[in-house]
Amino acid sequence: VSRRPADGLSTFFYRRRRLYLWLLLTPPLLWFGVVFVGSLCALVWQSTYTFDDFTMQVTPDFTWANYQALARDANLDIVVRTVGMAIAVTLGCVVIGFPIAYYMARYTRGWTRGLFYVGVMLPMWASYIVKAYAWTMILSKGGVVYWIADHSGLRGLLDWLLTLPYIGGNSLSTSNLGRWLVFVYAWLPFMILPMHAAIERVPGNLLEASADLGARPWQSFQSVLLPLAFPGVVAGSIFTFSLTLGDYIIPQLVGPPGLYIGTMVNLQQGSLGNLPLAAAFTAVPIAIISVYLWGARRLGAFDAL
Amino acid sequence: MPSDPGRRPGRRRDDGPRAPWPLRIAAWGGLVFLHVPIVLLAIYAFNTEQSAFSFPPRGFTLKWFAQAAARDDVVAAIVLSLKVAAVATLCALLLGTLAALAMARRTFLGKDVITLTFILPIALPGIITGIALHSVFELGDVTPGFWTIAIGHTTFCVVVVYNNVVARLRRIPPGMIEAAMDLGANGLTAFRTVILPQLATALLAGGILAFGLSFDELIVTTFTAGHDKTLPIWLLNQLGRPRNVPVTNVVALVVMTLTVLPIIGAWWLTRGTEDTRGAIR
Repeated sequence: VSRRPADGLSTFFYRRRRLYLWLLLTPPLLWFGVVFVGSLCALVWQSTYTFDDFTMQVTPDFTWANYQALARDANLDIVVRTVGMAIAVTLGCVVIGFPIAYYMARYTRGWTRGLFYVGVMLPMWASYIVKAYAWTMILSKGGVVYWIADHSGLRGLLDWLLTLPYIGGNSLSTSNLGRWLVFVYAWLPFMILPMHAAIERVPGNLLEASADLGARPWQSFQSVLLPLAFPGVVAGSIFTFSLTLGDYIIPQLVGPPGLYIGTMVNLQQGSLGNLPLAAAFTAVPIAIISVYLWGARRLGAFDAL
Repeated sequence: MPSDPGRRPGRRRDDGPRAPWPLRIAAWGGLVFLHVPIVLLAIYAFNTEQSAFSFPPRGFTLKWFAQAAARDDVVAAIVLSLKVAAVATLCALLLGTLAALAMARRTFLGKDVITLTFILPIALPGIITGIALHSVFELGDVTPGFWTIAIGHTTFCVVVVYNNVVARLRRIPPGMIEAAMDLGANGLTAFRTVILPQLATALLAGGILAFGLSFDELIVTTFTAGHDKTLPIWLLNQLGRPRNVPVTNVVALVVMTLTVLPIIGAWWLTRGTEDTRGAIR
C-alpha cells in the first residue's frame, strides 16, 4: 500500500489527540471568547461608567452609582413587577403544561404521539413576534375573545375579572390578565418539553411496583411520579423565568403601562443613551438566572434538558 | 452507550389504562390552545376587511398577498432575513460541528464551562446578549448592519447545531472508526466515509433549526441591526400602524410558514433518534 501525504498527517494527529482536540476547539472558543464573553465583560465593565444627567454624556469614570440606583423605589418596583410576572407565568405554564406533558409521555402512541410532539414544537418555533401580534388581534375589543364572551353569555364574567385589582384593567389588552395570558402562551412549549422528557424517563415498572404495593393511582402519581418529574419542571422554569425577565416586546404590546426590566433596559439604552444604568439593570436577571441555574443543577434539572 | 431502562420503547404501552377523562380534556385542550392564535392569524390573512381585527372575518380574498408582494420594503426585509439566516447558519454549522467533534467523547478540564458558554446565549435573556453586543460594536466604532446582525445570530445558533451533532456522534460506535482504520483507511478517509455519512441528517437538521432560529429572531436583532430591517423588525414596526393591517397579516403568515415548514422537516429527519429533544434548545 502506497503512503499518501494525508496518511502521515492523519497519523500525526491520531498520535497527538490533545493537539487535535485544541485545533478543533480553537475556532469556536475564539468566537465565543471574543464575541460573546468579551461583550458580556464589556457590558459589566460599562455598568461602572458615569452617566451625566445634565449633559447626557457617558464618561469612563468609575462609579457604583448605577448599582445604587437599582435600590431606588421606582427601580425596585420594576424588578418586583417583572419577577412577580415571571413567577405567575411559570405557575401558569406548569398548570396548563403538565397535563399535556403527562398525557404525551404516558398515554400517547404512534400517530397521536407524533401529533402531540409536532403540535407542541410548532408553536414554539413559530415566529415570536407573529405570535405576539396574533394575540393583540385576539385580545382587542371586537376581537375573538370578546366575540365569544358576548355570544356565550360570559361577558359579565369577563368584565368582572377585569375589575379585580392587579389582574384587571380597562380591557383585556390593557390588563395584566391579558399580558399574563400572552406570556404563558409564548413560553408554554418551553415548559412542556422538559417536563415531558422528565416524565418519559420515569421507568414504568416503578409505577407498577408502587401499584403492586397497594398504592392507588393517585398515590403512585403523587409519591412516585411527581418527585421524579420535578427536575423537569425546574428545567422548564429556567426558560419561563429567563424569557420573562428579559422580554421587552410583550410588555409593550399588551397590558397596563409600567416598566419591566426588559423595557427599562431598552429605554435607558435606546432613547436615553444611559448605557451604564441599562447595563446595571441587566445584572438583575443575570444574578437571578445564575442562582436559579445553580439551584437547578443541584436538583439535577439539567438531566431533563 | 449507557442504556436507560426508562427509555425502552414498548414498555408500558401494552396494557396501560386509558387516560382519565379530565386529563384527556386538559391535554387536548392545551394542544388546541397552542394552535388557536396560529389558525386565527392564517384566517385573518384572507380577510376582506381592511382596518380592524373584528371577529368573525367578513369574506375571502387573496388581494393582500399581491399587495404585500408589490411592497419593496417587504421584499427587502425578506431578502435581508434570508441572507442573514444563511450566513449565520453556515457559520454555526462550522463552529458547532468543530466543537461537537472535539467534545463528543472526551472529558477534560473546563469542558463544563465551554458547554455552559455555548448554552448561555439562549439561556440568558436575549436582551442581555443584544445590549452586550451593541455596546461592544459601539465601543469598537463598528457600523451596525448586515454583518453585525449575522455575528449576533451565529452566536446563539451554534448551540442547536452542537446539540444535534453531539447527540449523533455519541451514537456512532467508536469501533466503527477503528474498524475503518484497521481496514487501511487513514483518519481523513475514516471521517469522510464513516462519520460524515452518519452525520449528514444531524447536520441538516441542526442547520434547519439554526436557520429557523435566525430567521425570526427579534430581540438580539433590534440591538445589532442599526437601520437595516429584518422581517421580524419590519413586523414589529408595523404593529403601531392600523392602516397596514392586511399586509401585515399576510407577511406574518408568510413568516410563520417559512419558519414552521423547515422545522417540521428537521423533526422528520431526526424522528425516532430522540435527538430533536436535545436539539430544540
